[in-house]
Amino acid sequence: MSDMEETEGPVPPRRVIGTPPPGGLLGDGSRAGNGHARGDGRGDVGRRSDESDEAEHFEGKLPTDPPDMARAKRAERVVALSFIIAFLAGCGFIAAYVGLEVHSVDATLRSNLALGISLSVVLLGLGFGALIWVRNLMPDVETVEERHAPRSDDKDRQAFQEYFEEGAVTSQFTKRPLVRRTLMLATLPLAAAPVVLLRDLGPLPGTSLRHTVWSPGRRLLVYGTNQPLTPAEFSVPGSMITIAPEGYQDNQDEMAKAAVILIKLRPGELHIPTTYNGGTLVSTMNWTVDNTIVAYSKICTHVGCPVALYEQTTHHILCPCHQSTFDAANGANVIFGPAARPLPQLPLAVNSDGYLVAKSDFTQPVGPSFWERG
Amino acid sequence: MSEVETPKALTGIAGWTDDRFHAARGMRVLMRKVFPDHWSFLLGEIALWSFVILLLTGTFLSLFFVPSMNEVVYHGTYTKLNGVRMSEAFQSTLRISFDVRGGLLLRQIHHWAADLFMVAITAHMLRIFFTGAYRKPREVNWLIGIVLFSLGLIEGLFGYSLPDDQLSGAGLRIFEGVLQGIPIIGTYAAYFLFGGPFPGHDIVPRMYIIHVLLIPGLILALVTAHLFIMVHQKHTQMPGLGKTEKNVAGQPFYPYFLAKGTAWFFFIFAALALLATFAQINPIWLYGPYSPVAISSASQPDWYMGILEGALRMMPAWEINFLGHTLTLSVLIPFALPLTIILGGATFWPWFERWATGDQSYHHLNDRPRNAPIRTATGVAAVTFYGVLWAEGANDVLADKLSIPLYTITWISRVLIFVGPAFAFYATRRICLGLQRKAAEELSHGFESGIIRQLPHGEFLEMHRPLSVEARAVAAAKKPVPALPRAGSEDVNGIPAPAGRGALGWLRARANSAFTETVEAPNGHANGHGEEHAAVGAGSDDAAGELPPGESH
Repeated sequence: MSDMEETEGPVPPRRVIGTPPPGGLLGDGSRAGNGHARGDGRGDVGRRSDESDEAEHFEGKLPTDPPDMARAKRAERVVALSFIIAFLAGCGFIAAYVGLEVHSVDATLRSNLALGISLSVVLLGLGFGALIWVRNLMPDVETVEERHAPRSDDKDRQAFQEYFEEGAVTSQFTKRPLVRRTLMLATLPLAAAPVVLLRDLGPLPGTSLRHTVWSPGRRLLVYGTNQPLTPAEFSVPGSMITIAPEGYQDNQDEMAKAAVILIKLRPGELHIPTTYNGGTLVSTMNWTVDNTIVAYSKICTHVGCPVALYEQTTHHILCPCHQSTFDAANGANVIFGPAARPLPQLPLAVNSDGYLVAKSDFTQPVGPSFWERG
Repeated sequence: MSEVETPKALTGIAGWTDDRFHAARGMRVLMRKVFPDHWSFLLGEIALWSFVILLLTGTFLSLFFVPSMNEVVYHGTYTKLNGVRMSEAFQSTLRISFDVRGGLLLRQIHHWAADLFMVAITAHMLRIFFTGAYRKPREVNWLIGIVLFSLGLIEGLFGYSLPDDQLSGAGLRIFEGVLQGIPIIGTYAAYFLFGGPFPGHDIVPRMYIIHVLLIPGLILALVTAHLFIMVHQKHTQMPGLGKTEKNVAGQPFYPYFLAKGTAWFFFIFAALALLATFAQINPIWLYGPYSPVAISSASQPDWYMGILEGALRMMPAWEINFLGHTLTLSVLIPFALPLTIILGGATFWPWFERWATGDQSYHHLNDRPRNAPIRTATGVAAVTFYGVLWAEGANDVLADKLSIPLYTITWISRVLIFVGPAFAFYATRRICLGLQRKAAEELSHGFESGIIRQLPHGEFLEMHRPLSVEARAVAAAKKPVPALPRAGSEDVNGIPAPAGRGALGWLRARANSAFTETVEAPNGHANGHGEEHAAVGAGSDDAAGELPPGESH
């Protein structure tokens, strides 16, 4: 820039945090101490360079030295100290990696603490040093560049359009619809191919969501101990336990559908209405044992979380995920929450050995609703 | 010219590069590229640097993580889980945590960085929205931002589900339950994604490849495009002295922004390292391996999924059965509606605003939020909407901490989801107009100095000082929104204005009149109390650079 000149500007007062920055744009003789004249000094608005002077990018010289050399000297020491601390902490990080073993919970915690603190100090030292450097060592400047509308000029736009149309004509693309249309036809199956290729991601659902592995006579096992259960062993009113179908207690896919909660109520508390869904019996007192033991699906009819909380005084079964609440004493009807249907009831019986068994599979699909459920 | 000589090796490399790539010309411009200074411009950078940290730490984790659902029996360092059946994914996560030096630290940095990534994107988007920085010519970058936010959601969900622990497994179960609920294709989508019935053995490896390759690749490409567009279109800037639509003022990239950006990267990394050191996150060994039969109470997802969780909890039990089909509204509405409202609304807003204001011009100078009351009020209403859903996502925790019955909290949120945004809109609009009125008053009368003066005849009055030129430039930044022809208005020949025709025209006129609402600037000093001000001006020791009050218009 031809209007550059070296000026020795006055040192401005230190800026107080919270006060507005001194005004003025661009280059800044006064603050930089050693800037260029397009600066004309921040805060001296009257002489601010006018817009026509602004280049598309700033082409002037950046100032070479900070305004306050004594302050810069102090800053230099602080920066160097930060970097030295970062260096030492970095050495500490490597030492901690080499010196501190893991392989036990306590050792892992020690190692995590040592590695984490040393790494944090490295990063803080680097960040703090760089910040002080840029704020106190580099002379403060503000530069301006001009904007231009992104729009190309009319000549270019017109030329683009002409080229485009010429190319379309020259290529015969517009003139020969047969070529054009067969080309499009040819790409259609190819476009569908990626979708077709995904077909083997999984089996079709078929009716598998409607059934579980419960079948007539299959014993109920206590989930966890895998022991079968007699009504006498499950005699404390207010109890709720999780049940697995025998033979499938370790099968996650089947347990995700077939898990059952077994609840013991006091005599007279249980009132299960006999209800039908499209001709299918879905709940009845006949599926309980001794009129006090009842089994419901553990899979919430909302989106499938296990309904794991049971409040024995109110007989409420609560799903911890979205708080759908079911009444265990009344056919697991929904009392509150987003679930739209009761928990399906598992028909129970006692076999000849005295163990609790299923009378049949659930008579309706368990778990979340789906389109084909009906 | 310069007092330092560039090392010969460096000039050699630079020359070699330029001979082949014509790089000096572009670099010359880039080195002097102006970066405006405003704290809110650092928010997007937090997202960028978090993403870089996610790539670094994620690469480390992928060296040790085993994306497999094969079942094993654990015998290892975390003795409390000895003998427990778990997937290899869970086992390898335990190994990263307890048997790989630095593994726990990097795992926790990775998780914290993911949360910070989403926080920063959200804050950055709010900044862009409230200052109107999405306006022409930056609409495409706004849309890229919305896509990045959406990708971040899925990336986070899949990432925290990888360890196959109890908490995230419950989240996957919910995800699968929601998928099943989608009409017609739902069960197929669920079976194809999970490779059969839930949980199956395919979901972890599939999420893994999507999490480490597909989505990060997309994010990386879009972030690159985002930054290129930003550099190409140049930054917006906040209104202020000397800031115009034709310029951009700030500090050059090299060396200033380069140093500041690097410092910022280190500070963000340091903050994440400190969090990872002292604030435990996702302790999967406490949750245990996933079992579809188990659940813990107070199960919450990571914060960015909270809005979906809250929507599910808030929804009443609506379900429609017809012709042998089930439409499970209690799942579908919470799944689709809130995000559609927020992300869809954000997507269409720039075009809606342009339609309502008829504004086709470029905008490089940001709005102060108060100067666009309808936009700001809409934004605050959306934040309120989001906030209610988000809080409801932790309704059990709120019920516990505040001792309010659980169902009451849900009922409050069901009311607030409608009332809250409406009230927020109304209140924000009023506040914006009030702040505009204050700015207009300060422009003409100066600001209240807090100095009370007693006049000779005993009257007390508070001195007003004129605004400094800088403050004046900011206060005067409000630009009026042009009014469109009113609905039903006619030109001289009695032809109705085209914009005002029909229901859409009526709607546009209504929207336009809302957008054009502004406060009347006070009449200046020719209103009878100019004398006071003259006295004040004369008596005050104005700082140099402040205009005398007489020049304020």
